[in-house]
Amino acid sequence: MYQQKEFNKLMLYVFALIGVTISVFPFYWMFTASTLQESQIFKVPPTLVPSSNFADNLARLQDSWPIWRALFNSLLVSGITTVSTVFFSALAGYAFAKYTFKGREPLFYSVLLIMMVPTQIMLVPMFIIMMNLDWMDSYLALIIPFLVTPFGVFLMRQQMISFPNELIESAKMDGCRDFGIFFRIVLPTMKPACAALAIVTFMQQWGNFIWPLVVVSSKEMYTLPLLLSMMVQPGQIVQYGTVMVGSVIGLLPMLILFLVFQKHFVSGVFGGSVKG
Amino acid sequence: MSRTNAFALLKSKGKKSTKNKSVFNISPYLFVAPFFLIFSVFMLYPVIYSLVLSFSEWRAGETTFVGLANYRQLFGDSIFWQSLRTTGLILIVQVPVMLVLATAMASVLNSDMLKARGLFRLGFFLPALIDLVTYALVFSLIFNEGYGLINQGLSLLGIGAVPWFSDGTWAKILIIIAVTWRWTGYNAIIILSGLQTIPKELYESASIDGAGTLTSFFKITIPLLKPVLLFCGILSTIGTLQLFAEPFVLTSGGPRGETNTVILYIYEKAFSSFNFGLASAGAYVVTTIIAILAYFQIRLSRGGEV
Repeated sequence: MYQQKEFNKLMLYVFALIGVTISVFPFYWMFTASTLQESQIFKVPPTLVPSSNFADNLARLQDSWPIWRALFNSLLVSGITTVSTVFFSALAGYAFAKYTFKGREPLFYSVLLIMMVPTQIMLVPMFIIMMNLDWMDSYLALIIPFLVTPFGVFLMRQQMISFPNELIESAKMDGCRDFGIFFRIVLPTMKPACAALAIVTFMQQWGNFIWPLVVVSSKEMYTLPLLLSMMVQPGQIVQYGTVMVGSVIGLLPMLILFLVFQKHFVSGVFGGSVKG
Repeated sequence: MSRTNAFALLKSKGKKSTKNKSVFNISPYLFVAPFFLIFSVFMLYPVIYSLVLSFSEWRAGETTFVGLANYRQLFGDSIFWQSLRTTGLILIVQVPVMLVLATAMASVLNSDMLKARGLFRLGFFLPALIDLVTYALVFSLIFNEGYGLINQGLSLLGIGAVPWFSDGTWAKILIIIAVTWRWTGYNAIIILSGLQTIPKELYESASIDGAGTLTSFFKITIPLLKPVLLFCGILSTIGTLQLFAEPFVLTSGGPRGETNTVILYIYEKAFSSFNFGLASAGAYVVTTIIAILAYFQIRLSRGGEV
């Protein structure tokens, strides 16, 4: 009996360690390869420990690709869309949760419907709209269509529906107007929900690939994923050392965000979705 | 206290909402206005416009109604069918394999015997942080046919190099491996949250009744996890049907179009040949497939004991 239990425990650890190794190794190899020379990356047998070539790879990357501009673009686009999505979703979500007004039901159903439709369906019409507005290859095209998300409104409504009505009523009696109630009483209690939505939105925008691929044509407007994908387009000599430096630069902001907001991360990625 | 406020308070006792019927209130409209402006221009309108486009021919800004011609052309295109088959094949293999692995992972993370569970959870979750293009790049390096780590390792074991990119079947397997790596930990964390809601007493009384670990896993854990597993199944199905970045970056749809997914097909029709009508028709077909699959999966979950 005792031996059986020890064996189970051993198997458990073996499984967990194999799983973690598989999960983490690509990250290790990405960081390591970014410090290696091209010849070291593809050596037989492979060089598995970091070397000192990171600065060299970075210099070569900077020379041929606008990597810092792409980092700036990604931060700008993700930052603005995240702040705006959280704010406007909270506003709209509050209205859907705490007011009855004419047209509320059809409006909310349209939000639910669009939330379930795959975004690729909008790709071609959006492309035509961008051409007609003359927004192609600009920040406007990258930012404006993503200022709000149906998911954000849905999440905020679900969170705010349980906010006690008594608090809103007593604030009204104290002479607080609708906007005052929202900003001073409701919004401050919604910080965890806002943080969760902010993380989900930022992550989505950070990884947004197909849209920049469609609307961006000049190198100065590249976002990070787009720039990285252009580095390996067919017909080019791929230099993996520099590509991995770019990958590290793209990953670091997410890692930092995760380490700072770890708690909100898990509740954000899953809280909104698993509740139902 | 003003009369309207007293009235509102009275009403709110009976109703959930704090609405005051006697006075028209503009505030809720102001609250939703910014959202709805963007929403209707960049989401609602494009979805409808896309449907119109799928029945039209678009040329230099002019749309002409062509009836079902786009759909006819789409269903007559063998490349479309191939992309549909490829996507379906990846879906059928990848989603079940991943859910089994994720359930196993979640059970390990939920076990009392495991120390440093937080650290293991962090490790498992890490792949969910990386964006799709970046991880596809890392995988293209690791699985490089000539000198990638995987093929070097396989040669050491005497198996020999695997044609990950030049053979259609292996290229599909490569995409399945990559997608599974990216999403298993994510699903494991969702399943873990489901596991943690199962009361420990159930297992205790089962073990008193003489049930072994495996028996209670299949008789208690799996049935109680069903809603969570179905939720993961639906999310993964939707995600796999929209597969784009991985085949685009990793295999460019190759070799010979054998890893061409439906979204890649639509993308190429739209932005390489600028056949907007055909691309829109394709997008609506994919949306319909997603809707049908999601409907059946939800019905399946309602039909179960839960």
